[in-house]
Amino acid sequence: MIRFDSVSKEYPDGTVAVGGLEMTAPTGKITVLVGPSGCGKTTSLRMINRMIEPTSGRIWIDDRDTTTMDAAELRRGIGYVIQQAGLFPHRTVAANIATVPMLLGWDRKKARARALELLERVGLPTSFADRYPSQLSGGQQQRVGVARALAADPPVMLMDEPFSAVDPVVRDQLQDEFLRLQGDLGKTIVFVTHDIDEAIKLGDQVAVLRVGGKLAQIAEPARLLGHPVDDFVADFVGRDRGYRGLGFQRAPKLPLAAETTARLGDSAEQVRAAAGTEPWTLVVDEGRRPLGWVNTEQVAGTVSSEVLHRGGTVASTNGTLRNLLDAALSSPARRGVVVDEDGTFAGTVLAHQVLDAIESERAAAAAAQPAGSAAR
Amino acid sequence: MSWSIDHLPAVLSLIGRHVYLAGLPLLLGLLIAVPLGWLARRYRVLYPLLIAGTGLLYTIPSLALFILMPIFIGTRILDPVNVVVAMTIYTVALLVRTVADGLGAVPDSVNQAATAMGFGRVRRLFMVELPLAVPVISAGLRVAAVSNVSIVSVAAIIGVPQLGSLFTDGFRRNFMEPILVGVIACVLLALVFDLAIIAGTRLITPWQRTRRAA
Ligand SMILES: Nc1ncnc2c1ncn2[C@@H]1O[C@H](COP(=O)(O)OP(=O)(O)OP(=O)(O)O)[C@@H](O)[C@H]1O
Ligand SMILES: [Mg+2]
Repeated sequence: MIRFDSVSKEYPDGTVAVGGLEMTAPTGKITVLVGPSGCGKTTSLRMINRMIEPTSGRIWIDDRDTTTMDAAELRRGIGYVIQQAGLFPHRTVAANIATVPMLLGWDRKKARARALELLERVGLPTSFADRYPSQLSGGQQQRVGVARALAADPPVMLMDEPFSAVDPVVRDQLQDEFLRLQGDLGKTIVFVTHDIDEAIKLGDQVAVLRVGGKLAQIAEPARLLGHPVDDFVADFVGRDRGYRGLGFQRAPKLPLAAETTARLGDSAEQVRAAAGTEPWTLVVDEGRRPLGWVNTEQVAGTVSSEVLHRGGTVASTNGTLRNLLDAALSSPARRGVVVDEDGTFAGTVLAHQVLDAIESERAAAAAAQPAGSAAR
Repeated sequence: MSWSIDHLPAVLSLIGRHVYLAGLPLLLGLLIAVPLGWLARRYRVLYPLLIAGTGLLYTIPSLALFILMPIFIGTRILDPVNVVVAMTIYTVALLVRTVADGLGAVPDSVNQAATAMGFGRVRRLFMVELPLAVPVISAGLRVAAVSNVSIVSVAAIIGVPQLGSLFTDGFRRNFMEPILVGVIACVLLALVFDLAIIAGTRLITPWQRTRRAA
């Protein structure tokens, strides 16, 4: 647990970057700091490992006051990842990852073994070990940055916009991998971003700061979307928050409709005969995993992978209302594809069914909550 | 030609002296310039002082410095130590700025990452900043090497033997061949220093060769 105890930072030029911050980042959870540029996110983060000393207040890690610890020693127990990765250009990937273990005096063999293990953990081939950072792409460098921060297995990780310098597709991938990794490791993480979507996606709790380093609200993502405390937070959380809030509601069990399905290589006649008047047919693979839709009237010869319409998203039976609604809305057949946990086709839903489900969830929630307590 | 052949051993020994008088100050100068350059980076107020101050040293005429050196350090007038110290001063004058700029060129993100991982100041300097500054420092060192090889020859006037002695000798006897041999030897020597520095730099910066043409 990391606790900010009325922490302030005033720079020598009089800028108050952080003003009386009171906040707790619970053990094993991701706490995201989010807010407009210059609101003191980086300053707050760097006060934790004392790269910046607070002007007043204290920061506690578990029950130790960080100011009483030796700075270098404190830092070796805290992983740190930044936007530009900050890899050492003159050291190989493996040597970069092994930096803290070497500082801690591990022997060479053990440090290298650890580096190779971490390379795999972050999804890179071990053949990258002896490359230099300039021989990696931005996304790969960022992965090495994460591996380096994890090398000595520190209980605490600080991350300052680690994924913001890579393109959106890679960012999404890195975020997913990061969540998976965190699922295994359960570190206490403080994560800085200015991207509210990233905050909502990654945070177990999200702290919204306003300029001057004042905490506007700290809450779980769903709560932040559903109940912003004031206009500033509401504005910051942004549009579509009603829709995005659906991303935190598990979908109830809906009645799923069956589909006639086809396989790659089926002939056009077969498909048309099976489909009857239905203009779209779902194509699945040998394991009954959905591949895409095919237009029954237009298919000629045999069903090939080129004629598949792959634009639709797929929702999982244990997914969220948002996944489900999106699957329905993105499907050319207007029927959203739902799969079981193992990826096999389970059935389809229509958008109005999902909307009905949303309606009844809301009605149930309103009934469960006495009137007047909705504000907080 | 016959002069050269007759005096080959003498010329070789002069080359040896020249290597010593120009090369040793290069190493000493580097050792002194590193902490000074680091100070110039670390303390903003010191930067202009150190850069201007050391830069000024380079403008002192070498002959004057060779002659005045015994007064400052209490050596005998013919002592080659005078030349070594004077040449070290010139090397420092050239390298302080180079070292400071080389350290300054280390990306901020790299320094921050180092600090965040628990490198102390000294460890960071030796394990991160200096290695990354090597290419810049090496470029400065090459300039200093060539400059040293050339300036040292002036020491012949105060009677410290090296290749410059061939110039004074030839001049006194109005005889071209030693002068020509001296010039060629100086040029070759400067070239050898240069190549040695390039080779050394390549050896300790394998990471530079992998740079993608970006
Ligand atoms: N060394 C410094 N001296 C003076 N002011 C500073 C210094 N570092 C930061 N500041 C100021 O403190 C405030 C907070 O800066 P900080 O870097 O913490 O913001 P941030 O929330 O991380 O912003 P961004 O999203 O742009 O990274 C800003 O107004 C900034 O200009
Ligand atoms: Mg910042």
